[in-house]
Amino acid sequence: MTRYFFTRLAGAIPTLFIIITITFFLMRAAPGGPFDQEQALAPEIKANLQRAYGLDQPVWIQYGRYMNSLLHGDFGPSFKYKDFTVTELIGQGFPVTLQLGVMAIALALLLGIPLGTFAALRHNSAADTATMSLVVTGIAIPSFVVLPFLGLLFGVYLHWLPVAGWQSGSLRYLALPVIALALPPLAYIARLIRGSMLEVLGSHYIRTAFAKGLPLHSVILRHALKPALAPVASYLVPAVASILTGSLVVESIAGLPGIGRYLVQGAINRDYTLVLGMVIIYSALLIVMGLLVDLLYAWLDPRVRLGE
Amino acid sequence: MSVFLDDATRRLRASPAAVPALLAILAIVIITLFGPWLNANNTETLDWLHVAAHPTLQNAHWFGTDRLGRDLYARTLAGARVSIAIGLVASAISILVGVSYGAVAGYIGGRTDHLMMRIIEILSGLPLIFFVIFLTVIFGRSEYLLFVSIGAVGWLTMARIVRGQTLSIRQQDFIAAAVAGGAGTGRIIAKHVVPNVIGPVIVYATLTVPQIILFESFLSFLGLGIQEPGASLGSLIAEGVGEMEAAPWMLLVPGSFLAILLLCLNIFGDGLRDALDVKDA
Repeated sequence: MTRYFFTRLAGAIPTLFIIITITFFLMRAAPGGPFDQEQALAPEIKANLQRAYGLDQPVWIQYGRYMNSLLHGDFGPSFKYKDFTVTELIGQGFPVTLQLGVMAIALALLLGIPLGTFAALRHNSAADTATMSLVVTGIAIPSFVVLPFLGLLFGVYLHWLPVAGWQSGSLRYLALPVIALALPPLAYIARLIRGSMLEVLGSHYIRTAFAKGLPLHSVILRHALKPALAPVASYLVPAVASILTGSLVVESIAGLPGIGRYLVQGAINRDYTLVLGMVIIYSALLIVMGLLVDLLYAWLDPRVRLGE
Repeated sequence: MSVFLDDATRRLRASPAAVPALLAILAIVIITLFGPWLNANNTETLDWLHVAAHPTLQNAHWFGTDRLGRDLYARTLAGARVSIAIGLVASAISILVGVSYGAVAGYIGGRTDHLMMRIIEILSGLPLIFFVIFLTVIFGRSEYLLFVSIGAVGWLTMARIVRGQTLSIRQQDFIAAAVAGGAGTGRIIAKHVVPNVIGPVIVYATLTVPQIILFESFLSFLGLGIQEPGASLGSLIAEGVGEMEAAPWMLLVPGSFLAILLLCLNIFGDGLRDALDVKDA
């Protein structure tokens, strides 16, 4: 297990390397640069700036330098947010995005799993149909529609919750963004659990458990739930990707100081180092998540043997 | 083929929500295409007498106007037209790429297949939306690029499904017969493999369209898709969010339109999948 973990971790390094390289050269291939503004800078100033940031060197030397500083844990200076390093910018925003994302995925799991189980137990009943209609709605409607609608209802009309703001992570301010972000993965998880639970509930060992006279809750919790969770485990990576994507818009709608805004803004501003930093963070997050999911999967389904 | 279709239509009718959803989709398409004829307002005229006016029948701004006095009925329909068009064209691209890729991988098999599937695995592990955001930012915001880049994202699942189907088709006698008859690989794939995977392809195509419409609105919401003075549902929603408190209809009209469209497309796609009984690959 440990060996598998480290082999996989080592295997992630080339993937990350390729992603960084592609992103680096893609950004440089783009027209324009970080110091192009509406009012053009004097050529001498621009030349000085470019020299200061090492942009006067050939691209492959810049690439070598960047990779070298990366190896030393340095993401470089931001080109647009003067006086900030990329590490500082991401370091400030990341905890916000992380908190938002963790809360959203926790909510999705905590509500999605019981909801899907409930629907499976009431298979083909009105309750099942109602739950599944909710699920389709949750999957279909994007968070950048859900969040403003919730804000309009609960914030502008009912005055129950604030529409936007951060207030150092106050729950009242986070409630709506977290719900909006959690809804699509929640619905998807409920649907997955319903499907796998139906399959598990039809199997012989569950019939045996019922025949022994075990009460419903212990059949579900002790026997059915674990194998039924396997598809959810493999969905976790797409779920994290969807939450990261969603946070790009949710943070901007709700005015949260996360890192979502840096990706789009950074790319528009040609803030090379900032964009690269964002890409590295996101990719690393997804790679690590994928690894954790593999371990989780092996635990949920003992037939899976890792590393073979 | 026709037996297959008869069976599918029968089962589709049995699914309670799919048929109303299909009717709603048709209604939406008809409204977006012919709706502008019912109302004289166009998308770009600025009506200074009615700036940010709320929806009313009296001044002919049925859905109200925006900050610049542009008619929201005309703009929402124009935006929906753009979204639907991109949804269809980009889906067609992703189907074309996905089907050819999957059929080639599945039919040739062996090491080629292994390599091609490995590429898909790597690509689906990456947050592709970031690459699309990237491409649109870097290489300008042309609509053609939008089509291509969105289509390029949607083909992965399709390729996987087609490959799975192809693997089983390859074992069948008619393929052996075609090989014995001297048909080349390309001809076999085009004439014998692809026509036989059409069922699952249709199902996933109907599920791809809403995904792509969603994706396009997401990009337009971020300001990376359709540019002013053009409109897409996503850009209209983004404008609406800014005016949420003063002019809530600017949010509610395009938001509801997008929500209903996506919901119906999803319900219909799900119904079709159940009717044709296609398993996820």
